[in-house]
Amino acid sequence: MRIEQKVTIDAPRQLVWEYVTEPANYLVFMEGLTRWDIAGDRHTGLGARYRVLFRVGAADVGGLIEIVEWQPESDMAWSSVTGVDQRGRWRLRVLGDGRTRVTFRFAYGVAGGGITGLIAERVAAGPLNQRFRDSLQNVKRAVESQTKATV
Amino acid sequence: MAESGTGTAAPAKEGQSGNGSDPRSRAGGFGRPSLLRRLFDEIQSRLTADLDDRDPDFIRENLALSWLIASIWFRGEVRDLEKIPEEGPVLLVGNHSGGTITPDTIVFTLAFNTYFGVERPFYQLAHNLVLTSPVGPYLRRFGTVAASHENARKALDAGAAVLVYPGGDWEVNRPTWEANQIDFAGRRGFIKLALDAGVPIVPVVSVGGQETAVFLTHGERLAKLLRLDKLFRLKTLPVNLSLPWIVNIGDFLGHLPLPAKITVQVMDPIDLRQRYGRNPDRDRIYEDVTSAMQDQLTELASERQLPVIG
Repeated sequence: MRIEQKVTIDAPRQLVWEYVTEPANYLVFMEGLTRWDIAGDRHTGLGARYRVLFRVGAADVGGLIEIVEWQPESDMAWSSVTGVDQRGRWRLRVLGDGRTRVTFRFAYGVAGGGITGLIAERVAAGPLNQRFRDSLQNVKRAVESQTKATV
Repeated sequence: MAESGTGTAAPAKEGQSGNGSDPRSRAGGFGRPSLLRRLFDEIQSRLTADLDDRDPDFIRENLALSWLIASIWFRGEVRDLEKIPEEGPVLLVGNHSGGTITPDTIVFTLAFNTYFGVERPFYQLAHNLVLTSPVGPYLRRFGTVAASHENARKALDAGAAVLVYPGGDWEVNRPTWEANQIDFAGRRGFIKLALDAGVPIVPVVSVGGQETAVFLTHGERLAKLLRLDKLFRLKTLPVNLSLPWIVNIGDFLGHLPLPAKITVQVMDPIDLRQRYGRNPDRDRIYEDVTSAMQDQLTELASERQLPVIG
């Protein structure tokens, strides 16, 4: 199952990048997230690992993830190491006039889950979609308020 | 699903299997084993804890089904899982509800496996009858082992988290009007287990499971009359009102549970030696633990507006 949400933020790309790559911010802006802990020596960057849990239905679902793609101010992607199969990606693109187009993609699956896995993926998709939409709005608010504060 | 009888309270008997040999292999050791002998060996094999039967891939692949049941049917909610030590052996002590269909186990086992990951060894102690039933082999792959001091010790010594329901077959069938009572029936085996293994205990209190049917009686007199306690370690022959049977005697075939909301609260860990000293009074520990769990259960029950709805 793949979910994609987009938002335009009235702030330079660098500021958005700094915000979405800072691990400490995730519990602030990501709706339904119950854990985003650094696991290992790296704080950010390629190879950094985090223990991540989302409250979905009756369980905190997630596992250990690792940053597998890191193109400063452009793309950051992670993939699961343990737990539920998942991939996440931030894509930041300059729109001009100091604005940034932000795309967040999240793909997940229940390996070997058969028909119940497919059903579970679909049942979870609705709430997750809503949460990611709200989360991007949170990012927009936080970064734009930073921009206004610096101006 | 998982429930413990007196097995957790009873110390391992001398000579009981557990020397590492696989009793299943003995079945083929006789020239012409009688049907009874083969049956006996099969039962023995199912009751011996082979920790290797737990299959993390199998659990992972079946989490989706558990998640659907726990999320949609029981609207499960497990609070404060972070109170469970991140690693190492730990004895999780829960109250148990719901007859032979125990939603608290479904909800908590799912939550534990998704929170800590299926890689963390986690075993649940279950009544012999559960392990010898047709779903026994399925549950063994989930990490369910027969409730005995020996099996639990083996798992704890291997560094696993172990879930035990001291009230077991007794508590799951308490009458509906006692739904919000902790009733371990005086079984103190979990205390001996934690002290012997030197592991902390973490009480886990759930509410809602006893609203999945109308439970009428334990039926202990009937069980004794039919000698079920001697034959199957069954001390009860419960009677409940449930679907699809309406009047359900024994609950051997299970029932369709009402979709009651299940809430599970994880409490603070207790290091028994640290809190009670080197030679602790087990009666005092029992009173303290069950009292604390009762307070928690009363609090959880007070949050509920309506039966089943939650």
